[in-house]
Amino acid sequence: MAASDIEIAEHNLQHHFADMDQQRETSTFGMWLFLVTEIMFFGGLFCAYLVYRATYYQAFVEGSQTMNIWLGATNTAVLICSSLSMAMAVRCAQLDQRKMMVILLIVTMLFGAAFLGIKAVEYHEHWTHHQFPGPNFQFEGAEAAGVSPQNVQIYFSLYWAMTGLHALHMIIGIGLVTWITIAGARGHYSADYYSPVENVGLYWHFVDLVWIYLFPLLYLISKKHGG
Amino acid sequence: MASQVDGLYLFLVSVSVFFTLLIFALVFVFAVKFRKSAHAKAEHIEGSLPLELTWTLIPLGITMIFFAWGALIYFQEARPPRGAMEVYAVGKQWMWKFEHETGQREINALHVPVGRDVKMIMSSQDVIHSFYVPAFRIKQDVLPGRYTTTWFRPTKVGTYHLFCAEYCGTEHSGMIGEVVVMEATAYQAWLANGGATASMSANGKELFSQLGCATCHRSDTQGRGPNLVGIFGKPVQLNDGRTVMADENYIRESILNPQAKIVAGFQPIMPTFQGQVTEESLGALVSYVKSLSQPQQKAEGGTPQPAAANESN
Amino acid sequence: MATAVQATVERENYLNNGYTLKSWLLTKDHKRIAILYLISITAMFFVGGFFAMLIRLELLTPAGDLVSSDTYNKLFTMHGISMIFFFLIPSVPAVLGNFLIPLMIGAKDLAFPKLNLASWYIFMIGATFGLTSMLLGGVDTGWTFYTPFSTTYSNTHVIGAALGIFIAGFASIFTGLNFIVTIHRMRAPGMTWNRLPLFCWSNYAASVIMVLGTPVVAITILLVALERLFHIGVFNPALGGDPLLFQHLFWFYSHPAVYIMILPGMGVISEVVPCFARKRVFGYEFVALASIAIAVLGFLVWAHHMYVAGISVYAALVFSLLSYLVAIPSAVKVFNWTATLYKGSIRYDTPMLYAFAFIGLFTIGGLTGVFLASLGIDVHVTDTYFVVAHFHFVMVGGMVVAYLAGLHFWWPKMTGKLYPEGWAKLSALLVFVGFNLTFLPQFVLGYMGMPRRYHAYPPEFQVLNVLSTAGASVLAVGYVLPMIYFVWSLRYGKDAGPNPWNAVGLEWMTESPPPTHNFDETPVVTWEAYDYEHQPDEEVTVGR
Repeated sequence: MAASDIEIAEHNLQHHFADMDQQRETSTFGMWLFLVTEIMFFGGLFCAYLVYRATYYQAFVEGSQTMNIWLGATNTAVLICSSLSMAMAVRCAQLDQRKMMVILLIVTMLFGAAFLGIKAVEYHEHWTHHQFPGPNFQFEGAEAAGVSPQNVQIYFSLYWAMTGLHALHMIIGIGLVTWITIAGARGHYSADYYSPVENVGLYWHFVDLVWIYLFPLLYLISKKHGG
Repeated sequence: MASQVDGLYLFLVSVSVFFTLLIFALVFVFAVKFRKSAHAKAEHIEGSLPLELTWTLIPLGITMIFFAWGALIYFQEARPPRGAMEVYAVGKQWMWKFEHETGQREINALHVPVGRDVKMIMSSQDVIHSFYVPAFRIKQDVLPGRYTTTWFRPTKVGTYHLFCAEYCGTEHSGMIGEVVVMEATAYQAWLANGGATASMSANGKELFSQLGCATCHRSDTQGRGPNLVGIFGKPVQLNDGRTVMADENYIRESILNPQAKIVAGFQPIMPTFQGQVTEESLGALVSYVKSLSQPQQKAEGGTPQPAAANESN
Repeated sequence: MATAVQATVERENYLNNGYTLKSWLLTKDHKRIAILYLISITAMFFVGGFFAMLIRLELLTPAGDLVSSDTYNKLFTMHGISMIFFFLIPSVPAVLGNFLIPLMIGAKDLAFPKLNLASWYIFMIGATFGLTSMLLGGVDTGWTFYTPFSTTYSNTHVIGAALGIFIAGFASIFTGLNFIVTIHRMRAPGMTWNRLPLFCWSNYAASVIMVLGTPVVAITILLVALERLFHIGVFNPALGGDPLLFQHLFWFYSHPAVYIMILPGMGVISEVVPCFARKRVFGYEFVALASIAIAVLGFLVWAHHMYVAGISVYAALVFSLLSYLVAIPSAVKVFNWTATLYKGSIRYDTPMLYAFAFIGLFTIGGLTGVFLASLGIDVHVTDTYFVVAHFHFVMVGGMVVAYLAGLHFWWPKMTGKLYPEGWAKLSALLVFVGFNLTFLPQFVLGYMGMPRRYHAYPPEFQVLNVLSTAGASVLAVGYVLPMIYFVWSLRYGKDAGPNPWNAVGLEWMTESPPPTHNFDETPVVTWEAYDYEHQPDEEVTVGR
C-alpha cells in the first residue's frame, strides 16, 4: 500500500528538525550555499582563463578556431533541454505526479548522457590531433598564424581543465539524478517531501549554467571562424 | 633610503610599544584591581559608542600615517634614478651571476662604488629567487621569464651580506654572497683589473649581427622589423591598439615570444629565439638596444652605429 | 525513613550512548564527531610539533650539521602543512565549534549531521594523503608551493601532499557550510542574532571565509598537481605561464585562511572573558560586527604577501591601504575585551589566564602585522624571521593559546570531568614563558636580516637562535603537560556538574557530558547574551 503524503513526509523528518518546513528550508539553503562554493571553485579557472586570454589573445583565437562550433552548440542545446526536463520533473514532484516525474528524470539523464557522448567525440578529436597539453602537444599552423604554440597550449590546458571539471560535475549530476529517479520510482517522495528532487535540480541547473559560460568563452572567441 | 626605512621602523616600534604597554598595563591593572577578592560584584556596562568610535578612529588615523610614510619609501624604491649605473643579475640554483655594463662578470660577489646609484636588472634562469641586501634594506624577487629591478645607493664603504630570500630548493641558504662597496678609485682599479673584454652593449651588438637580427631590424624604414634606434624608454603603438612602454621586459619578450606584441604596421613574422639565447645573451642584447637610445657613448666612440647585417642586402 | 535509592545506573550521555567502535565511527552526533576531530588534530599537532623540534635543534648552530639541506627543506614544509592545514584550520571550528554551536543555539544537532561525519572522514583521508607523502620521503616546496619550483623543479612528493590538502579543504568547506546553515536556521525560539553568543558570530564569520575561499585554493593546488603530471604550463614561465598568477590565486585563499584560523579563537576569548569577569562583553555589537568586518576585509588584502614579488606599485599601494584597514576591527576587539575587565569581578582560573595571554600576545602579533602592511618596512623584512615571528605570534600566541583556553573552559562540559587546576596553571605559565622566549628573538633576527627557510646561517645570528630553541623546549613541555593531565582527568578527575564556572550560555544549561539529544526540551530564550547580571555567583570549587 503506498504511503500517504503525510506519512512519507513524517518518515523523512530528521530528528533534529522541529518540522518539515524547517528541514526543507534548511536543506535548500545548504544546496544554494554549496553552489556558491562551486562558483568559487570554477572561479579560479575562469580567473586564469581571463588573465591568459588578455595576455595571449591571438593564441586563444587560434585555439578556439579548432573547436567544433556545431558540436558545442548542440551540446548547449542539449543541456538547456535537460534543464527544462529537470525543472519539469521538480514540478511533477511538487504535484505528486510520480510517473511523469520519473519519466522526466530519465529524459534528463538521457540528455546528460548525450552531452557526455558528444563531449567524448570532441575530446577524441582533440586527442588524435595532439591537442592535449604535455610533451606531445602539437599545433601546426601556429607560426603561420603568428602565434606561439606555447601560448596555444595554455588555451588548451584551460580548455581541458575547465571542460573536464565540468564533465566531472555532469557525471556526478547524472549519478545524483539516478539516485532520485530510483527513489522516486519507489515512491519515496510526495508533494510534502521532495527536497532531494528540488536540490538535485538546483545542482543540475548550476552545472548547466557553467556550460553556458564555457561555450562562448572557449568556442566563440573571435567572429572570424571557419566553422 | 635605508635610514628612512629605519626611521619608519623606529616610529612603528614606538607606537607599538606604547599600545602594547597600554594594553598590558590595563589588563594587569584591571585584573588585579577588580579581582574577585577585591571586587566581588561586577558592574554591568553594555558599552560606549563614543569609546568605540575613539578606539576605531584613532588607530585608523595612525595607520593612515604609517601607510603614507611606507608608501612614500616604496615609491622611491620603485623608481631608480636616471643615470644610475646598471648591473645585470642572473639568479640560478644556487648562485648569483652579475655582469656590469662595462663587461665585468662576477659570481656571488658584487663590487660597486660608494655614493653612486646602482640599478639592478635581474632575471632568473630557473625558479623564483630574491635579491636581498639587509644592510641596504632592499629586497626584490628575481623571476624567470621577466626582468625585475631594484636600486640602491651605498653610502658606506664595506662588505655586506647578500642573501637569496625566496626559497628556491636545496641550497637556498647557500645562495649567499656579498656586496663590496668600494671607494671610487678602488672601484676603478678593480674594473681595470677585471678582465672584461668588452662591454655588454658591445657584446650585444655582436650577437645582434650573429643572430641575424640586423637583417630585419635595419636602421632605416625598409626593414621587415621596426627600427630599434631610439625606441628604448618610449611608448610603442601595437597593432591591436594598445600602447606599451619599450622597457627591458618589452625587449626581452620580443626576443623570446615575439608574437605576444606586434608593432603597428608590421607583420607577425619574427621567429622566437627561445632556447637559442642564454640569460646573459639576453642581457647583452637588451643592453645593446638601450644603447641605441643613448645620445653619446664615449666608450663606443661616437654615436653608436647599428650593427651591420651579416650580408649586404 | 525514606532514603531515596541512589540510582547506580549512569545517566545517559553522548559518551556512554554506545561503546562500540561502530557507534563512534558511524555516529551522526556532532559531539562525538567533535571528539573524533579532537583526537585527529591533536595527533597532527604533535606531528607538526615533531618537525618543529627538529628545525629548532638544527638552528642551534649556524652550520647545517644536524640534517641535510634537503631534509631541512622538507622539515619546514611539512611543519607548515601539518600545522596549518591539518591542525590550525580545523582546530577550534571542528572540535569546539562542532561540539558547542548546536548547544549554544539550543539545537539538537547541526543542520547536516551526515555531512558532518563525512567531513571528518574527508579530513582523515586528506591527512592520510599528507602523512603518506611525508612518510614516503616528504615534500620540500614550502607550504606555499610557489611555482615553478613546485611544478617543475622539486623532486619530492608534491602531488601527494597537494592532493592531501585538496581533500582536506573539502572537509573545511563542508564544516563551514554546516555552521552557516545551522546558525541561520536552527536557532531555538528567542535566540535572535542579537542574543547569539559571540563564539557563534566568530565561527559564522570564519565559516563564510571557509566556504568562499577554500574552493579557490583547491582549484589552484589541483592545477599545480595537473601541471606536475601533464606539464601543462599554466604557471611555468618556460611554457608561457605566469608564476605570479599562482601567487595571486594561492594567497587569495591563504590570506583569508589566517582569519579562518584566528576568528574562532577570538570567539573563545569572547566567551571566556565575560565568564571570568562576571559581566557582559563590552560592546557586544561591535565585537560581532568586527568579526564580519574581518571576514570581508580579509578577502581584499592578499597581495600584501607579494609586495616584492613583481606586482605593480599601484597594486601594492592599494593592498597596503586595505591591509591597514583589516587591522582595525581586530584592534577594536582587543579594546573591547580589555574594557570588559573594567569593574568586573575577575577570577584567575586557567581559561582566564590563557585569555590574558591571548590578549597580550595577539596584540603584539597583530601590531607586527601592521609593520608588515607598511610597504617600506615590508620590503626589508618580508621573507625573513620577522614574518616567521609575526605569524607565530598570532597563530601560536594567539590561536593555540585560545584553543587551550577553550579546551580548558569546556573540558568539564565535554567530559564531565574537571582537569587539575594547579597543573593547568603551571602549563599555562610554561606556555607563556616558552612562547615569548621562542619567538621574541625572531623579530630581532628578522630585522637584522636573517632570511626564513634557511638551513644554515651566518654566525652573528647564533645567539638569538639559541635563545629561540631554548624557549621552544620550554614551550614543548607546556604543550605535553595538558595532554597528560587531560587524559588523567578522564579517569581520576573530579566530577564537574552542569556548570562548574557558573557561566551563562545554553550549553551550560544541560548536563555535563550532555545527553545525545542535547536538551530534554527545546529551550526558549528570553534573556540577553552574557546575562551575568542575573547569574548567581556562588563560590565555585574547581578542584586540583
